[in-house]
Amino acid sequence: MSAIQATIPAPARRQTPLGGMRNTFTLTWRSVLKIRTNMEDVIGLSLQPIMFLLLFTYVFGGAIAHGSTHDYLQYELPGLLVMTVVFATLGTGLMLNQDISSGVFDRFRSLPIARWAPLAGAVTGDMVRYVISVAVTIGFGMILGFRVTTNPASALAGCLLLLAFALAMCWLSALIGLLVKTPQGVQTFGFLAFFPLVFGSNLLVPTETMPGWLQAFVKVNPMTLLTDAERGLFTGGPVATPAVQSLLWAFGIFVVFAPLAVLVYRRRT
Amino acid sequence: MGHYGYMRYDATTANAVEATGLIKRFGETTALDGVDLVARQGRVLGMLGPNGAGKTTAVRILATLLRPDGGQASVCGYDVLRDAHQVRQLIGLTGQYASVDEGLSGINNLIMIGRLLGISRGEARARARELLARFDLTDAAARPAKTYSGGMRRRLDLAASLVGRPRVLYLDEPTTGLDPRSRTDVWGMVRGLVADGVTVLLTTQYLDEADQLAHDIVVIDHGKVVATGTPDELKAKTGGQVLQVSPADPARMAEVTALMAEVIRAEVATDAGTGVATAPVGDAALLPHIFRELDDRGIELAEFTLRKASLDEVFFALTGHRAEDEENDRRELEGSSR
Repeated sequence: MSAIQATIPAPARRQTPLGGMRNTFTLTWRSVLKIRTNMEDVIGLSLQPIMFLLLFTYVFGGAIAHGSTHDYLQYELPGLLVMTVVFATLGTGLMLNQDISSGVFDRFRSLPIARWAPLAGAVTGDMVRYVISVAVTIGFGMILGFRVTTNPASALAGCLLLLAFALAMCWLSALIGLLVKTPQGVQTFGFLAFFPLVFGSNLLVPTETMPGWLQAFVKVNPMTLLTDAERGLFTGGPVATPAVQSLLWAFGIFVVFAPLAVLVYRRRT
Repeated sequence: MGHYGYMRYDATTANAVEATGLIKRFGETTALDGVDLVARQGRVLGMLGPNGAGKTTAVRILATLLRPDGGQASVCGYDVLRDAHQVRQLIGLTGQYASVDEGLSGINNLIMIGRLLGISRGEARARARELLARFDLTDAAARPAKTYSGGMRRRLDLAASLVGRPRVLYLDEPTTGLDPRSRTDVWGMVRGLVADGVTVLLTTQYLDEADQLAHDIVVIDHGKVVATGTPDELKAKTGGQVLQVSPADPARMAEVTALMAEVIRAEVATDAGTGVATAPVGDAALLPHIFRELDDRGIELAEFTLRKASLDEVFFALTGHRAEDEENDRRELEGSSR
């Protein structure tokens, strides 16, 4: 046995943090490549915001903003940005789940890479998807007549705040993806978790129009706080308080769900 | 269980994989119940057993994917639990179900693995090209793996496990579900790897596959090792040789079987379809006796042959059942991946 050890170079004891970052970068590259080669994904990612914009602007707009669809577009677009990004985070859980059930994860785990790299790679790889959905929502919104009434720097800050929030939310999605057995299950549980959060907010309609008991929930819902901050950053209004509150929420979500996801990931893999 | 040569300490050939007393439970079921095995360097160890016997579980433990509940295992002297990172630098794994990324092209699958192994971009691409050519996949290199046929996918999976030039290669049922031609191709590739000095641990439920490829065989059934040895040793163990007799007149079959049973003192199996009676023969000296007796009774013969027992018969003799059982394996696979 010692004869074999002598003939081959001694393998490294563990992966260095720098090596782990390099592994994560490679797996991010893989995710991006998959988005590019998978046309269905690209179409889904870009059509969904377009569909939401058209539906909400023209179906609800007239009823909600006293007949002015333009006014409603100015009102709802920051909310739709939140909605698209939050739904896009489901992709993280879906991809993790598919990788595990297809056996791709087994291959990763049989390789001498950092143990956390596949999880980190799934999360960072999805940032590209969030950027795509944000860009499509703003771009198509502008075609429909949406205008940033603050300034470009403020709008950019709005985008970064969205990405920060998505980066936290995707850990909840990752946890679902690791707990549930099939991709269909991820979709079911994901929507069950995300629908009340997304629609039980002031994303599409003002809070004042809702019954009191619902207002109590809506006012503390992080989606409401994030939407308030986005409205302030894109079309004017108070920014500081809702932005800080959403960041605190993002941090809280991250602190709770990231370790849970890592724990389940370690147990499961 | 008898002790055959290769299980003993051998100073001239080193062991690439060693496992002792491996135990693994999934809830109520015990998948492995104290498995010992040794794969000698540069040889093929065939792990033979029906579906659900625990082969996949054993491979997953040896590939650091699963923690055993008991026992020890090492690869080239590195412990699969303590030194998992080192072990991963020495092994290649081809799963029972091809574990390539279906959303990526063939070449990008291989480049990704090269990059994960720390090879530079250019080198990873060159290595990918080289492996694609070797596995006859150059024309399909740019196509997504999900468009590949079963055989192509298996070849890509095998190529993926070789990117890092492993010292030890685990092949978990590499030819299950392949057509005979693809199977022969995979066999050829395995022989080529062994010629390069790679140690191969191959699980299979095909006895001819183990017979064709393996230098040593470990037979597993219900999570336990029921026999070990070279293919020849195993064949010798259960009588070694088999007598096949077929009377020209099928009506005299009963007479033939009765006579064989009487002389050989072993169970005689008859196949009504082919009209052949088979029985294991421990002592070749009995043959002339049977032959004379048949002649005396005026039984004309269509066939009278002595041949080596097939591994199929050996397996049957060892475990009491045939090497096929589809249902259990699903369960084992699901149990081990959850």
